[in-house]
Amino acid sequence: MLLIPCPWCGPRNQIEFTYGGDATVQRPGNDAPEAAWEAFVYMRDNPSGPHDELWLHSAGCRSWFKLRRDTRTHDILGSARMGDELGGESP
Amino acid sequence: MTQPHRLPEGGIIDRTRALRFEFDGVQHEGYAGDTLASALLANGVHLVGRSFKYHRPRGIFSAGAEEPNALVQLSPASGARTEPNVKATMQALYDGLIAASQNCWPSVHFDVGAINNVMSCLMPAGFYYKTFMWPPTPKWWLKYEHVIRHAAGMGRAALAPDPDHYEHQYAHCDVLVVGGGLTGLAAAHTAAKAGARVILCDESAAWGGGVGDIGATIDDRPVDRWIADTVRDCARFDDITLLPRTTAFGYYDGNLVGAIERVTDHLSEPPAHTPRQRLWKIRAKSVVLASGAIERGIAYANNDLPGTMLAGAARTYARRYGVRPGTRAVVFTNNDSAYLTALDLHDAGVAIAAVIDARPASQLTRGLHQHARASGLAILPDSAIIGARGGRRVASVDVATLAGGRSTRVDCDLVCVSGGWNPAVHLFSQARGKLRYDEPLATFVPDISPLPILPAGAANGCFDPTAAVMEGRAAGAAAIPGAGMMASPHHSPRTNGVDGTALQPLWAVPATRRTAKRFVDLQNDVTVDDIALAAREGYVSVEHLKRYTTLGMGTDQGKTSNIIGLALMAEQLDLPIPKVGTTTFRPPYTPVTLGAFPGHETAAHVEPTRYSAMHDWHQEHGARFVNAGLWKRPHSYPRPGETEDDAANREARNVRTHVGLVDVSTLGKIELQGRDVAELLNRVYINKWDTLALGRCRYGVMLRDDGLVMDDGTTSRLSATHYLMTTTTVNAVRVMQQLEYLLQAEWRNLDVYATSVTEQWAAAALSGPKAREVLAKVMDIDVSNGAFPFLAVATCHVRTAQGLVPARAFRMSYSGELAYEIHVPADHGRAMWEAIIKAGDDAGIMPYGTEAMSTLRIEKGHVVIGPEADGRTTADDLGMGKLVNPAKWCIGKPLLARPALTAPDRWQLVGLTALDGARMPRAAKIVANPDHALPNPMLGHVTSWCYSPNLDAWIALALLANGRARHGEVLWALSPLANVRVRVKVGPPCFIDPEGARLRV
Ligand SMILES: [Zn+2]
Repeated sequence: MLLIPCPWCGPRNQIEFTYGGDATVQRPGNDAPEAAWEAFVYMRDNPSGPHDELWLHSAGCRSWFKLRRDTRTHDILGSARMGDELGGESP
Repeated sequence: MTQPHRLPEGGIIDRTRALRFEFDGVQHEGYAGDTLASALLANGVHLVGRSFKYHRPRGIFSAGAEEPNALVQLSPASGARTEPNVKATMQALYDGLIAASQNCWPSVHFDVGAINNVMSCLMPAGFYYKTFMWPPTPKWWLKYEHVIRHAAGMGRAALAPDPDHYEHQYAHCDVLVVGGGLTGLAAAHTAAKAGARVILCDESAAWGGGVGDIGATIDDRPVDRWIADTVRDCARFDDITLLPRTTAFGYYDGNLVGAIERVTDHLSEPPAHTPRQRLWKIRAKSVVLASGAIERGIAYANNDLPGTMLAGAARTYARRYGVRPGTRAVVFTNNDSAYLTALDLHDAGVAIAAVIDARPASQLTRGLHQHARASGLAILPDSAIIGARGGRRVASVDVATLAGGRSTRVDCDLVCVSGGWNPAVHLFSQARGKLRYDEPLATFVPDISPLPILPAGAANGCFDPTAAVMEGRAAGAAAIPGAGMMASPHHSPRTNGVDGTALQPLWAVPATRRTAKRFVDLQNDVTVDDIALAAREGYVSVEHLKRYTTLGMGTDQGKTSNIIGLALMAEQLDLPIPKVGTTTFRPPYTPVTLGAFPGHETAAHVEPTRYSAMHDWHQEHGARFVNAGLWKRPHSYPRPGETEDDAANREARNVRTHVGLVDVSTLGKIELQGRDVAELLNRVYINKWDTLALGRCRYGVMLRDDGLVMDDGTTSRLSATHYLMTTTTVNAVRVMQQLEYLLQAEWRNLDVYATSVTEQWAAAALSGPKAREVLAKVMDIDVSNGAFPFLAVATCHVRTAQGLVPARAFRMSYSGELAYEIHVPADHGRAMWEAIIKAGDDAGIMPYGTEAMSTLRIEKGHVVIGPEADGRTTADDLGMGKLVNPAKWCIGKPLLARPALTAPDRWQLVGLTALDGARMPRAAKIVANPDHALPNPMLGHVTSWCYSPNLDAWIALALLANGRARHGEVLWALSPLANVRVRVKVGPPCFIDPEGARLRV
């Protein structure tokens, strides 16, 4: 079970969290072409190594935040509040 | 009852406390401190079971968790508490223990299944695959299955529910020390002394660990004194938790170690209110792995006869349990450790017929060997056991030199065998630690791990007691937070603290007779020949080898056999052993009782149950409940003599003719406050929201980003900056999560705060032509049509027995009748409900449940998220395309115009009426011609169906290809499973009051 550092609450058990997907995809502007929206909705990389993800502290403070996790090892490399940048090793 | 094989003194047993027990119907006696295995041996019982495949007689092979043979059925006559596959070597003896051998019928002494042994030429490795792949029909498997399942049993599971309970315990520590032998005690003591929070666990009841340290001297003290002193010192530290009888079985992400504590398994009468076992989830900053080592055997013909035992186990029984495991022993070894067994057995009065050593005489000249000779032991160098003889117990062995030549028969009733020692690297490997093949030890030892786990002592390949204590201290110091986790040394002395020589690898003695079986894996009956066969047939990868031969797949997971199998495969392939590699070590290290994993989260406690504030009232008034997610909702309120269907029909009819009240507390409720709520609503709903006036509510539909319908509900404007959104019961959590995501991640500039208030408000819907006259009696506002029109919202009060209760009233309708929703703070839910029921008495009010509610909404064609909006439907499919406001953007809109979502043959919502007086089949598919050749083209399917008491007809909602253009057509609803076909007439998805006139009266 992962030990996830919520940027507001500190380290907590994985069971308190909900996974929210890839944090690197950018929501297109409202008037972006259909192709941009299709890419946003359907296309995801499957990186091997550090990956920035969104997580929700659903059974805690109910904050969404960013987490950098190594998909090969489950090592957690850092977390950041929304609006802040993840530090450390870049993906 | 005399324990004829018990030594007069010595060991950790308490000879003043005799315990009675029964094995296979025979009464025996043992002592406190015994395991079942040591007590059986004290009584001369060696034959304890039959093997899995060939039903060969088997005895006690080890003295620990690695036991492959001595698996027993505990409490066989107890329906609920009987437990299969209990290792006799790990089960503490208690007074009144009853156990039976398993995998044999009618008895362990005469086992019908032993015919398999004679027929074994028909059952080679992989015989399941070979036999049952042909002929290619499952019928043959069905014929064999009964016989095979019966023959290949592993004990019986309890049939009655488990009467015991199990507990979960979270724990945190700086240093977790796994294993309470010399190394572990030294590590725990060092770390605790330095002020670290320490947890020390060991699978056995007694501290001190394995066999390697017997007779050693540590810190100038006899080892037993040292152990007692160290345990006593440890217990004095403030922040140390000592967990005996606790197996660390798995290493998980985030340095989480799972451990199982056997709390009452060693007691004859478990105290009340005590869990049988406790599952520990330990978050450790670092782990010292002092899990010791496991001995391995050597394969030779009939090396499975009872009376054959690992040399270290024989020594353990003699020294730790004061038991003579035989009267005349042969020791067979390729390393020095077995000499200690020979000497200790000799001291215990066991005649040592021979020490058979695979190594040449030139290597057997050191102090230990001289000591053995001086004690009168006959050493046969350069030799091996080529086969053993005996029936239900070994009677003699044939010994020959490894070069070949004539064999000599040596009589014996005990064979002690040692092929070397394997560090228990399981947790290290689970922690992504890499293993290294150590040539001198001829086994895999820990190399490096990216995680903070430090192997030490025998688990690290260090078998000298003094050196192991030093490694333990070094690991304990290195594991303290901030100490930097310096890896412990890998090059300690490895000679058991005695003057000896190196091991000479010997995995299997060459066969002299083709038919004799040389066992590698005793539990799964895998032989040397099976491995050769697997190699010949191409199953050369270790993972394939394992699955093809079942090597290492038993409850012991090949603890004594895997390395032998790998080495033999390496020989077959002419590769070095490290090139063959190891199979993956996966948790659990030893089997864990399933009941420990759910712990107390069983039966009603698997999930939380959610009750509305009016639940007790429903129960008192005869409601039958239905699960809606975690909620309990009233299905209907049957009266005496009524079926649930009768009740639901009566309730649904009463709403259309009089008035009904339904509990809608389960709807998701989200308070939205801030300056930008209208903008948020504009973006998440397909329709327009900036025009919503104060005191009004509106229906809305939300899409997912891909354009398909996600949820629907209403949102009301309570003040200029205060809104209340309702969601469907099923999607309450999902919608809240989505809003939070959008506000926190995407639209951080919007001034909106979202708060879920589902639990805080109780809600009831009052529906029917007489709803207004009932409501007027309880509300403190004017509810006339003029003052409180359709889609009006008011903050007001309800008159209840508790006085005036703050409330919110909404004029909205799900039933299609004149209807209101009343929300009150949950604490007042029952008072509000009772007030309305009382006020409605004259009007003929009835409570109604979800079944009537469903009938009413099908009659009106209101869609439900799930059946109709099934994740594939667009708003237009559901007839709500016009709600999509063309003038604004919303989530999902950019992808709505894709060709597939606008195709003319899309399945659209329609209403169906069953013709010919037939009943609408459940979940039917819709076809044009029921007699069309298969596959019959499917035009759509029924999504919701019911008997409509108001129309006296079976009706349905359905998704039908190009459905809106098919109104008036007659098609067929087909249910091939139920073999039902019904003619249905297609029409609009609304059966009652299509203009909605009743809503506005
Ligand atoms: Zn948090």
